Amino acid sequence: MSRAPAGSAVAVPAFSRPAVVVTDLTRAYGTRVVIDGLNLVIERGEFVALLGESGCGKTTLLRALAGLDPVDHGRIDAPGEAAVVFQEHRLLPWDSLWRNVALGLPDQGARERAAAALSEVGLGHRLDDWPRNLSGGQAQRVALARALVQEPELLLLDEPFAALDALTRIRMHGLVKELVARHRPGVLLVTHDVDEAISLADRVLVMRAGIIAAEHRLDGSGDRAALRLRLLAELGVHAESEPA
Amino acid sequence: MTTLDPIASLSLPGAGVPPRRVLPKAVSPSPSRQTARSGLGPYGLFVISWLAPVALVAVWEVLARAGWISPQVLPAPSKVLTTAWKLTLNGSLLLDLGTSLLRAAVGFAIGGGIGFALGTLVGFSRLAEAAIDRSVQMIRAIPFLALLPLVIVWFGVGESQKIFLVALGVAFPIYINTVLGIRQVDPKLVELGRVRNLGPIQLIRRIILPGALPSILTGVRYALATAWLALVVAETIGAQSGLGFLAMDAREFLRTDVIVLAIVLYALIGIAADSIARHLERSLLAWHPNYGDRR
Repeated sequence: MSRAPAGSAVAVPAFSRPAVVVTDLTRAYGTRVVIDGLNLVIERGEFVALLGESGCGKTTLLRALAGLDPVDHGRIDAPGEAAVVFQEHRLLPWDSLWRNVALGLPDQGARERAAAALSEVGLGHRLDDWPRNLSGGQAQRVALARALVQEPELLLLDEPFAALDALTRIRMHGLVKELVARHRPGVLLVTHDVDEAISLADRVLVMRAGIIAAEHRLDGSGDRAALRLRLLAELGVHAESEPA
Repeated sequence: MTTLDPIASLSLPGAGVPPRRVLPKAVSPSPSRQTARSGLGPYGLFVISWLAPVALVAVWEVLARAGWISPQVLPAPSKVLTTAWKLTLNGSLLLDLGTSLLRAAVGFAIGGGIGFALGTLVGFSRLAEAAIDRSVQMIRAIPFLALLPLVIVWFGVGESQKIFLVALGVAFPIYINTVLGIRQVDPKLVELGRVRNLGPIQLIRRIILPGALPSILTGVRYALATAWLALVVAETIGAQSGLGFLAMDAREFLRTDVIVLAIVLYALIGIAADSIARHLERSLLAWHPNYGDRR
């Protein structure tokens, strides 16, 4: 796989180049092809949601974009830094919140940067607290701060709200929207939740059999209820028309 | 520990080492249905728990003074105390105590260092595991005190024999718990380290060693107990100084007061070592729900 180093695109201003370009990506486990010649471009500042049934390859795609899994064939060009928020918060229990957020940052000014990021998620008053004293929603907010403190060009969200209760999830949606609008990374959100995808994303992709099988742009004018039913149908759920 | 278990709720302070995962709360007397039923309340039970051993010592004192127990069998506790005072004044007690502590410390440092180094190597590398682990496990199968005759042949009965035996006893618990600790680090956190582009040294320092630390400290506590046991045995077999020498020397003169004193000192130092280890756990593992004081 070729992850171009950050300095390779000096001629192109950072705001105009895509956050990631995936070309003809293929990934197989043994003989089972999970991703089959997939193409995808995510612009900076663009929020893309990726829907798909379990086992359709969407988490595999996210892991490949994060550089966690090797690529069998094809290219991933992610010129800038990529950050990941996982379904579990993955905070280090032995580090205070600010040290968790600062993980991997250069020591110089790390605490200040971490403090700023934690303030953005409403936890600026708990820099020295332990992760074990946090609720699930708070822990996931710290994970979000940890991702954004890197100022990533690509933000990968792997079902980060799936384990939260419904009310916390709605609050997190608002927070993520706000933070993404401010930092403008390209976002790929992997989710099972059609409503979540519609409420957050600029573009919704449906993945099936290792490729992007359908794509919908949300420009604000379309009929969301109709889109919801359509997405459900594309995911193999044929629901009666019901209030969203 | 469930509070509904009558035996658990009656566990007495000072009654041996409490299991590791018991919260401090569960050890200190707290009001519960069971204590209320005894009609004494938690405070009363706490007093009794200390009164009993004190009474035992008092009975021992009385029996010894009345001549029911021959001083050659067991001296009166007061006699042991005055002996301790006398030996402290002439300096020999502190010298022997210091000698023993130094042996334990040097042996612990050597054995602990080797155990930790090998454990780290094996914890990280499957190749090192293949090369080292089976041999170590085979040697571990030997009760290390059984090696004593061989160790005496190798080293005589000098300092090296004692330090070697302590180091041997210490190395295994540290080795095993270091390997275990490293292997038990959550792979998801290691993956996080990769996402954050941590280099190998940062990965070890920020994620793997802290994750392995609870297990390593458990090893340290075990090792302290083994170190002490090894020292007692080594010093009893042959020594020109140290607590064991003090006891064995006193045996020749039937000075049971000195023997009892040495035994009591061994016990006190064992308790002190354990409480130091526990303090270490509490301060180093403050983040851990099972150790920390904070909530």
